[in-house]
Amino acid sequence: MNSITSLLKKNLKQSSMVIALVLITLLFQVLTDGTLLKPLNITNLILQNSYILILAVGMVLVIITGHIDLSVGSVAAFVGAISAILMINMEMNPFLATIICLAVGALIGAWQGFWIAYVGIPAFIVTLAGMLLFRGLTLVVLQGQSIAPYPESFQKISNGFLPDFFGGTDIHILSIIIGVAVSLILIGLEIKGRNNQLRYNFEVGSKGLFYAKLVAIFAVVNTFTYVLATYKGLPNILVILFAIIVAYTFVMKKTIIGRHVYAVGGNLKAASLSGVQTKKVTFGVFVNMGVLAALSGLIFAARLNAATPRAGNLFELDAIAAVFIGGASAYGGVGTVVGAVIGGLVMGVMNNGMSILGLGIDWQQAIKGLVLLAAVAFDIINKKKS
Amino acid sequence: MKSESTILEMKSITKEFPGVKALDNVNLKVVEAEIHAICGENGAGKSTLMKVLSGVYPYGTYEGEILFKDQLCEFKDIKQSEDLGIVIIHQELALIPELSIAENIFLGNEQASKGVINWNETISKARELLIKVGLQESPNTLIKDIGVGKQQLVEIAKALSKNVKLLILDEPTAALNENDSENLLNLLMELRTQGMTSIIISHKLNEIKKVANSVTIIRDGQSIETIATADITEDRIINGMVGRSLTNRYPERQPNIGETFFEVKHWNTYHPIQSERQIVKDVNLHIKKGEIVGIAGLMGSGRTELAMSIFGKSYGKKTTGEVYKDGKQLDLSTVSKAIKEGIAYVSEDRKEYGLILMNDIKENISLASLNKIASKNVINDSKEYVVAEEYRTKMNIKTPSVNQTVGNLSGGNQQKVVLSKWMFSEPDLLILDEPTRGIDVGAKYEIYTIMNELASQGKGILVISSELPEIIGMCDRIYVMSEGQITGEVEKANATQEVLMKYMTNSRG
Ligand SMILES: Nc1ncnc2c1ncn2[C@@H]1O[C@H](COP(=O)(O)OP(=O)(O)OP(=O)(O)O)[C@@H](O)[C@H]1O
Ligand SMILES: [Mg+2]
Repeated sequence: MNSITSLLKKNLKQSSMVIALVLITLLFQVLTDGTLLKPLNITNLILQNSYILILAVGMVLVIITGHIDLSVGSVAAFVGAISAILMINMEMNPFLATIICLAVGALIGAWQGFWIAYVGIPAFIVTLAGMLLFRGLTLVVLQGQSIAPYPESFQKISNGFLPDFFGGTDIHILSIIIGVAVSLILIGLEIKGRNNQLRYNFEVGSKGLFYAKLVAIFAVVNTFTYVLATYKGLPNILVILFAIIVAYTFVMKKTIIGRHVYAVGGNLKAASLSGVQTKKVTFGVFVNMGVLAALSGLIFAARLNAATPRAGNLFELDAIAAVFIGGASAYGGVGTVVGAVIGGLVMGVMNNGMSILGLGIDWQQAIKGLVLLAAVAFDIINKKKS
Repeated sequence: MKSESTILEMKSITKEFPGVKALDNVNLKVVEAEIHAICGENGAGKSTLMKVLSGVYPYGTYEGEILFKDQLCEFKDIKQSEDLGIVIIHQELALIPELSIAENIFLGNEQASKGVINWNETISKARELLIKVGLQESPNTLIKDIGVGKQQLVEIAKALSKNVKLLILDEPTAALNENDSENLLNLLMELRTQGMTSIIISHKLNEIKKVANSVTIIRDGQSIETIATADITEDRIINGMVGRSLTNRYPERQPNIGETFFEVKHWNTYHPIQSERQIVKDVNLHIKKGEIVGIAGLMGSGRTELAMSIFGKSYGKKTTGEVYKDGKQLDLSTVSKAIKEGIAYVSEDRKEYGLILMNDIKENISLASLNKIASKNVINDSKEYVVAEEYRTKMNIKTPSVNQTVGNLSGGNQQKVVLSKWMFSEPDLLILDEPTRGIDVGAKYEIYTIMNELASQGKGILVISSELPEIIGMCDRIYVMSEGQITGEVEKANATQEVLMKYMTNSRG
């Protein structure tokens, strides 16, 4: 009896963010009379939030190491501006231009990482400087004006959908197939994980609960892809996003690099005395953030089909909020990629839902602020109780 | 003499953490104006009991009754227990390094009127308190500029400023050298004559024997017995703690010493910030295969700095000298290189330098040797679990599971996790810095056994310890350091406390 309640509590804590997401989604689904989860709107939701989610994935690594990055919005804008110069003014091949832009992002990350990791200047200050610096440089590069339009092929990153090789007319068959495949892989992983835990006599939940979870996974993934399939199918950006989330989750959970990132944030001195190259890790995390900020800037530019001086404004705050809503600790050492993504979705669903309801930006901001505070407070109070 | 009156009674205290029953029906009775010791193995529940008493774990989170001066107490927080004069000094000191002694003494209890601090009063009262505890320092000195021994006295001054009736000290001498410990204990005895009651937790049984009027033994969360003054002997306490007598403090060993394999030559280290200050001066030492070598010395003699600088220049970058292993010169410029060369260093400060408290046991054990449980950078979780389980059994780490957060373990068990981490790195040279600090007699014996086992496998062991009996009992050869230099080298046969003390206080420079 005792163990069941403790197990429930543990599971509840882990999934409290998922529950919050579900509740908020349901709330807006009702408030918007079902508009929120219409195929068109779900597609929109993904397109609108992809760049924040990508930033959140980079940001959660930064925050786990105990730092922060305020410059990502400006960096995204700056890289967007450079991409416009390359692709529109110089008519460079979009693929080559994209590679160059990501490299620029890496360089910017290296620049900031150098000051933070090797010189020891607090990240707050370095990236605050970066925020001003790269916003300024964006204006310089664009000479204060927007540049448009991008080549068709580049726009596809944000606005394109997976082609359907199976020639479905009303429904996008490839999307359905991908949905089934992904859900089966997820279920396979769950079963493998549970068997492993059983083998080592870990405490596992009851069988019934586990099967219910498997059914839920199957249902959710397939409903999701089915709904998208009835519109235009899976957006390209969703594929990119999915790949990023899977890759970073794997790295953070399963690899030595991931372990080192957590160790640096958990106790810098102990990590360094255990042979973790703490400076390199910190440096690497900022380089990574630079690359993801660049990617985010490219996606945003492709979606707007223009590079503008105001691009990426306040992105950093949305990304940081997503990470904290997703359960990361401001003191470092704690946080997950999936949590950050869920946090980002919470913010995204709220933005989208409130826009549909016709709420002004003023109220949207105020409400988002309160939700951030409430989510983190809930998490902390929850932790204290156990 | 006044007749004995009970000042504190704790009745059937039970306290559970998820998965652990830390206290199970514990009873404790403390008489006014006595020094009452609490003894027990690591993880027995001593600290937990004191946290219940002082309101760290508030009323309602435990079962049982607390009677202080015949009054039923239901503390919601520490403030309420302090108001009654119950003050706890925790296992980890809680002073703020960047503030002055006076500011720390009156922290939370500022000498102020209408929110404005009266500095004259603060300083003069602090001065009085410092005289009382026998600390000759200006009240304006910053905490970070005085040693742990003096910091401990500041903690006591702070307690006195709160009008303390019952002072609780959780392992107050664990980090102190012999002189400072002696000072502190004398002070406690002095305060006892003035009518103060104290409860002291310590693993140093000789100290307990010296100061305690009675000893309560806790084993596996249960109060076993209370021993009265006349019966207090070290053997008697050990018997109660472990349930059997321990005939030998140091395990038997047949040293099997091979040839010299590790040499340090002309080693110099400078302070990381004040780069003219030389901390280690021209040290030469060598270690043979299968040999246990000790480094004795007073606090501040440069022992830790020597060890840390050898271990990948972890102490300041300005370090010169040569290190040879098996005749080959080593590049030890980073910790990871040092680990690769088969060196391991177990820090004296496990919380700060040894552990990631928020992570679990298995992640802490694997951290320094992740490549052993990974292939192509991907960690094999099952392997990690198996390894951690193996060390949990081998080292007798008391915890329900290796998934337990290290921060929730008792001090001694945390130390075993750090040791496990470095044993798993399978070093050729294991440097142990105060390896038995805060560890109970039984666990000490276990750790000594492990040291002997490693030595018999042909590994070299370098032990830094402030406890001379330990150094003498365990080591084949002892270096003595004083003011950054090696002032003596003593073979086991000639090692006595007197000889070591002579070298420890002797400066050649
Ligand atoms: N916050 C906590 N959560 C879970 N378990 C805990 C917590 N605090 C203590 N414990 C467990 O309770 C038991 C008693 O711990 P406690 O710190 O009181 O031991 P101790 O007697 O002071 O040991 P030591 O001599 O090593 O300091 C241990 O098994 C420990 O792991
Ligand atoms: Mg303790």
